[in-house]
Amino acid sequence: MSGPRKDCGEAFHPASATDYLPKDKLDTLKLSRLQQITRHAYENVPHYQKALGEKGVTPDDIKTLEDTAKLPFTVKSDLRDAYPYDMFAVPMHEVVRVHASSGTTGKPTVVAYTQEDVDVWSSVMVRTFASYGLHQGDIIQNAYGYGLFTGGLGAHYGGETLGATVIPISGGNTDRQIMIMKDFGVTAICCTPSYFLFIIERAAELGVDIHDLPLKAGVFGAEPWTDEMRVRIEAQSGIKAFDIYGLSEIIGPGVGAECHAQAGLHLFEDHFLPEIIDPETGEVLPDGEEGELVLTTLSKWAMPLLRYRTRDITCLIPEPCACGRTIRRIRRISRRSDDMFIIRGVNVYPSQVETALLAVEGTLPHYQIRLRRDGNLDNMIVEVEVTPEVFSDKVRALEDVRKKLSSSIEHVCGIHVTVTLVEPNTIERSQGKAKRVIDERNI
Amino acid sequence: MKLTQLSLFLENKPSHLKVPCRILADAGVNIITLSLADTKQFGILRLIVRDWERAKEALEAKDCVVKCTDVVAVEVPDKPGGLAALLEAIEGCGLNIEYMYAFTERRGDRAVMVFRFEDPDAAVEALGKAGVNVVGGVDLFDAE
Repeated sequence: MSGPRKDCGEAFHPASATDYLPKDKLDTLKLSRLQQITRHAYENVPHYQKALGEKGVTPDDIKTLEDTAKLPFTVKSDLRDAYPYDMFAVPMHEVVRVHASSGTTGKPTVVAYTQEDVDVWSSVMVRTFASYGLHQGDIIQNAYGYGLFTGGLGAHYGGETLGATVIPISGGNTDRQIMIMKDFGVTAICCTPSYFLFIIERAAELGVDIHDLPLKAGVFGAEPWTDEMRVRIEAQSGIKAFDIYGLSEIIGPGVGAECHAQAGLHLFEDHFLPEIIDPETGEVLPDGEEGELVLTTLSKWAMPLLRYRTRDITCLIPEPCACGRTIRRIRRISRRSDDMFIIRGVNVYPSQVETALLAVEGTLPHYQIRLRRDGNLDNMIVEVEVTPEVFSDKVRALEDVRKKLSSSIEHVCGIHVTVTLVEPNTIERSQGKAKRVIDERNI
Repeated sequence: MKLTQLSLFLENKPSHLKVPCRILADAGVNIITLSLADTKQFGILRLIVRDWERAKEALEAKDCVVKCTDVVAVEVPDKPGGLAALLEAIEGCGLNIEYMYAFTERRGDRAVMVFRFEDPDAAVEALGKAGVNVVGGVDLFDAE
């Protein structure tokens, strides 16, 4: 049994028209929006006034799309430092929604939306769903988390605006997810790909074969996943497994989406201007070359971002797509330029683990993070070298050290981890940047 | 009287126990007695050796993490009830035993038990008062 068996035909939604704009019209639209958003950010966001000033650039200097390269980059720490509202470009009474990045302690990254921004978000999500062949009449089970996370509400508003029936089930309670998937006649599901594999497995235990259900499509994102994983999902369920790309700093899900060719993600360029740069030098690279994806929000009014460095490594695919869309595709994201990783839907940085270890021991022990997939759930194992300071002759005391370390890490990172104590000199020392994370998952 | 025990951290994996034993062998150190506490992930090897300072140096030179702990050695009649009576005496003194193990050799008709107490000095005093024969390093090692 291989490949999807359900018919997931393409449907044309009026909102998708922009996907097919002739290149010159698309470029004209992009340029006028770029000029407008640059001026808006410059005049209303102190950070950008300062940043452009430092480069000796004003909004008048943006005359062509290439002039984007004159603008300063924006990085994650700029957003953290602006906590909570310093990057907003409109007064608070115009902000109808805020979302925040995952991360349970420390300062999250806050993003804001005016009503128009919410409408734009809905429209790119409509274009996303339409590119998967979804339309009014589809019954969409939204298992992305509802709350400060952009995934839940992003998919929700998109589904509703599309005219489909949305089931706002959010995450968790797998048995109930399966019952509803079966009983409500669900035709499309939105969740992380690893969670869907878990659902397939659990469904089989409950005697439910997804091949027999009306489910025909999956909208999978919020974590990196490979073509091999797609093949597995499609074979084990019979549905077509589509990739969705997004990040909350830019808007949430809906920055890019696959079409039926499933050969890269089309970016909604009329709203999100992409560039690929060399992560070391910042130089803009031509289409086809691999580098870090940089995005400029062309229409986001409440919190515009200029040249935001996503840390995702990919390339812009130069060839036109068989589907006929003129909006360019990026290759599926497989890795990042920093050492952030995603586990069970949560973004984790090794530096967070370091902070946690430091808090317990007072000094930073040698450590390594190992990521493993046991069955269909991911585990994060932190190996910590025993030092004379923490070593005790009593088993109880060492177990306490282990517990203290794992509590501290869980507190900082927001997920459950296993701490393993290892002998001194077990962890590889390195001259340059240490390889902190060993990802043994085959995703 | 207290003895100095060396304890070592070991990962609970095949061949990890051999390493410190080989280091001591190469340094010409004889292990008088030992105990191995294990958990699923790691073990703590506890050693009594004659020249603990030399042993510690040899182990640390090979990157082992070694801890020195004061333990108390107590003589026990080597017959049924010997240990039980001692434990009753210890309980009577209000002392808590963290862990214990036995010496491999006997002294006449008596065995020697090694105890880890929270406060070894207080334990030695209390046991002395209760008439328990606490053995010192001098007695133990010179009997060779």
